[in-house]
Amino acid sequence: MTTAPAPTLTPVTAARRPARSRSLRPWYRNGSLVAGIVIVGALILVAIFAPLITPYSPTTQNLTDVLQGPSGAHWLGTDQFGRDVFTRLVWSTRVDLRIGFIAVLIPFVVGSILGGLAGYFGGWLDLIVMRLVDIFFAFPFYVMVIVLVFVLGAGETSIYLAIATVSWVSYAKIVRGEVLVAKQQDYVMAARLGGFSHLRVLARHIGPNVLSQAIIYAMSDIVQDIMAIVTLGYLGLGIAPPTAEWGSMISQGQQFITTQWEQATIPGLAVVVTSLGLSWLGDGLSDLLSPDRRK
Amino acid sequence: MNETPLLSVRNLSLGVQRKGRATTVIVDDISFDVAEGERFGIVGESGSGKSLTLRAIANLLPAGVKVLSGSIAYRGQDLQTMPAKARRGLAGQEIAMIFQEPMTALNPVMRVGEQIAESPRRNLGLSKSAAMDLAIDMMRKTGIADPAHRARAYPHELSGGLRQRIMIAMALSCSPRLLLCDEPTTALDVTVQLQVLRLLEQLCEDTETALVFVTHDLGVVNQTCRELGVMYAGEIVERGRVKDVFADPRHPYTKGLLDSAPDFDQPDRELIAIPGFPPNLADRPDGCPFQPRCSFAVDRCATARPRLAPVLPGREAACFETARIFQGVTA
Amino acid sequence: MLHRLRFIPGRILQAIPVAFGVTILVFLMSHLLPGNPAVAILGSHATPAAVAALSKHLGLDQPLWDQYWLFLVHLFQGDLGTSLTYQQPVVGLVFSAVPVTLSLVVYALVLSLIISVPLAGWAATKPSGVRDLAVRAYTLVGQGMPQFWVGIMLILLVAVRLRLFPVSGYGQTPLDHLYYLFLPALTLAISMCPTIIRSLRASTIQVLGSEYVGTARSKGIAGASLFRVHVLRNAAIPTVSIVGVNLGYLVGGSLVIEHVFAIPGLGSLMINAIFARDFPTIQGVALFVALFVVIVGIVTDIVYTLLDPRVDLANTEAVR
Repeated sequence: MTTAPAPTLTPVTAARRPARSRSLRPWYRNGSLVAGIVIVGALILVAIFAPLITPYSPTTQNLTDVLQGPSGAHWLGTDQFGRDVFTRLVWSTRVDLRIGFIAVLIPFVVGSILGGLAGYFGGWLDLIVMRLVDIFFAFPFYVMVIVLVFVLGAGETSIYLAIATVSWVSYAKIVRGEVLVAKQQDYVMAARLGGFSHLRVLARHIGPNVLSQAIIYAMSDIVQDIMAIVTLGYLGLGIAPPTAEWGSMISQGQQFITTQWEQATIPGLAVVVTSLGLSWLGDGLSDLLSPDRRK
Repeated sequence: MNETPLLSVRNLSLGVQRKGRATTVIVDDISFDVAEGERFGIVGESGSGKSLTLRAIANLLPAGVKVLSGSIAYRGQDLQTMPAKARRGLAGQEIAMIFQEPMTALNPVMRVGEQIAESPRRNLGLSKSAAMDLAIDMMRKTGIADPAHRARAYPHELSGGLRQRIMIAMALSCSPRLLLCDEPTTALDVTVQLQVLRLLEQLCEDTETALVFVTHDLGVVNQTCRELGVMYAGEIVERGRVKDVFADPRHPYTKGLLDSAPDFDQPDRELIAIPGFPPNLADRPDGCPFQPRCSFAVDRCATARPRLAPVLPGREAACFETARIFQGVTA
Repeated sequence: MLHRLRFIPGRILQAIPVAFGVTILVFLMSHLLPGNPAVAILGSHATPAAVAALSKHLGLDQPLWDQYWLFLVHLFQGDLGTSLTYQQPVVGLVFSAVPVTLSLVVYALVLSLIISVPLAGWAATKPSGVRDLAVRAYTLVGQGMPQFWVGIMLILLVAVRLRLFPVSGYGQTPLDHLYYLFLPALTLAISMCPTIIRSLRASTIQVLGSEYVGTARSKGIAGASLFRVHVLRNAAIPTVSIVGVNLGYLVGGSLVIEHVFAIPGLGSLMINAIFARDFPTIQGVALFVALFVVIVGIVTDIVYTLLDPRVDLANTEAVR
């Protein structure tokens, strides 16, 4: 009857490649994740047990022992107010880590909600949100944060507000993008056909899938926030002295760079280690939550 | 007729060697010759190793795949032992290749005219304008209308058929002696396929360029090639002139292929599929690779490997039982 | 090709509401302070009379809308107010600082490319090899180093110990500038490189494995000319949009770095203004920087269109 086109033979792949993807490995085999957990875990422990690890007070001045080099009594020496540098280094963990972790929360929540709504409902809501995103995005992160902290006055709350004002943008973009894709998926259409309200679809069906990307981004955002906090501390706009904080320690140390270079160097290394741990944790989480997506 | 064949592949084996694991042999000890101006087709299903064979000749093997043994000789010279620079010198000028998917095989950010002109500029030393003139001329020869204008287009602005013509123009721009074709019509619409095939035949006849044409499509091979090699699981199981092989196959696999292919002249003939699946190359069985699926197999087939051997004048098959299976069929 | 550039007018039109939004945001930032801005400027010890006088002078007693309108009108006239510390028009201060910051940013960009392109190409040709791992280690650590700290470390190692480059300052002649700006530009580059390398490496790996590179090889093209003609341009495309996005971060980072190296650019202007509570200057710099970023966004889209002939931005949403 009908002429079939030239025959094609059964396409079968000759050699089957082993189906082992990284996600199928148990979590403890994931190098990045383990390294991240170890480092971040250690830092959290150090922060919690700071008073127990350090013999000195981080803030009490001791003007008889000013600017001493590293020794048995003071592992990293003392600063110009006679305070033990090692103690201050350890106590800074409390400040920088805590603020870093908390600072992510508001932008995460606000940005995700706005982005999610914009992506899901589209229309003028999407237009407004995206224009807002463009406007906020035009301000370099540090310019905004510095100006806002100045405007709001120094202190912890200002830092949270400033970072929140600037960072929500990235979450909005990410979540909006994910929602736009998820909207087209069959499971969403099935849910809507089943009569579920928009809210329920968003919360129960789209939400969990979409938020994983936001969570992964949040990990790198914590690193960025810690950088911001440390930078603010360096500029004198962050946590007020005499609280120990890595940024202000570096700023102080810069004055004595020729004689006691450790004061400026070591706190920076602490930041590097913290960022490394968080980055690994983020990479590990990324593998875990979305193994098919490689950045 | 003692001339050295243009291309001579002898006992070529290709495979993947991974540290700490056994070598996986993908192409196993194949040999064939291609004479000047010859049109040689290699037919087989996906995974039979035919594309890799072509890439080995063109020195374009993917990462990890190596020549395990054997030789590839061009005009008598072993391509593998020749200095790298000399081998590169052959590319484009003497040996050219066309690929299956012209959209991905053409540089998306370069105008097509420039891409065609690149080869003569580099290989023939032509000036920029002379090379472009040549490119436009080649485009005209491949039947592209308004070639001077089209030469300024980017690949994504052209249809699939046009893109394949560009590839052909590009490959033939330096008048190579050997053209390797890796399923060039598979990605095209059927109507365009025929046009492109005719074009290839015509051009290769005019310039006496030899063709090695890899495909899974028997109809295409019938149309375009004169000699044919049938590959299965990395081995050549039958070889001979196309018309003869199709009329009178001498290997169970070839017969199976022909039986499962629709025939315009016999529309009511029942199509018989070959049962089973091709073997896992990492786990080759002893004996004939086709044996598990062969309805004519005997005990010997499972333990010993048949080699390509002459069964008729100008015909070879790798089967112990070929005489028994096909006896009584007139050559 | 020019046909594809027809998106530009539309794009600029699109940017105008954003520009307005930027002005609103800047205005709001400085005028919605808790408390009276006049008090903030004069400090908490100021007398009520002084505060009242300054408020009147700054027009702070008028409704917010009017203040904003006034602000816009002045903006269009090219008047950004007068600096409280220098008693000079802010516009003038900004414009004299801009070339400095611009040279720093461009210098940093050039250095980043000089470092990133070879490293990314190097790593991409042998993925998972030793040099690839080394490059990836650098990108990982590089992202964790605070920019200003890198600057200080460079000062310590290169300027103080080795005495190769000056510790701070800007110099007099253009040649001087190149010399003085080297360390700060390098600092910025070190922080930018990880992002560029990651993107370029990934896209180079992808391009190297592509069919059209195979086609080029089958024509006998190899080595440097293969890289230049076929690989680089294709691999650069995704990286260009990433660099465009990161230019904002680069400008932000230069702010702090200028402070570390005492370079008289926008950054120092801004930070000094902050410490001096010089509102108009802070406002002026913030506004300028934001508008600059908006323009950079448009330029990035243009460059992207020029590089990739497949892109047609008039029909699709702009590259984000």
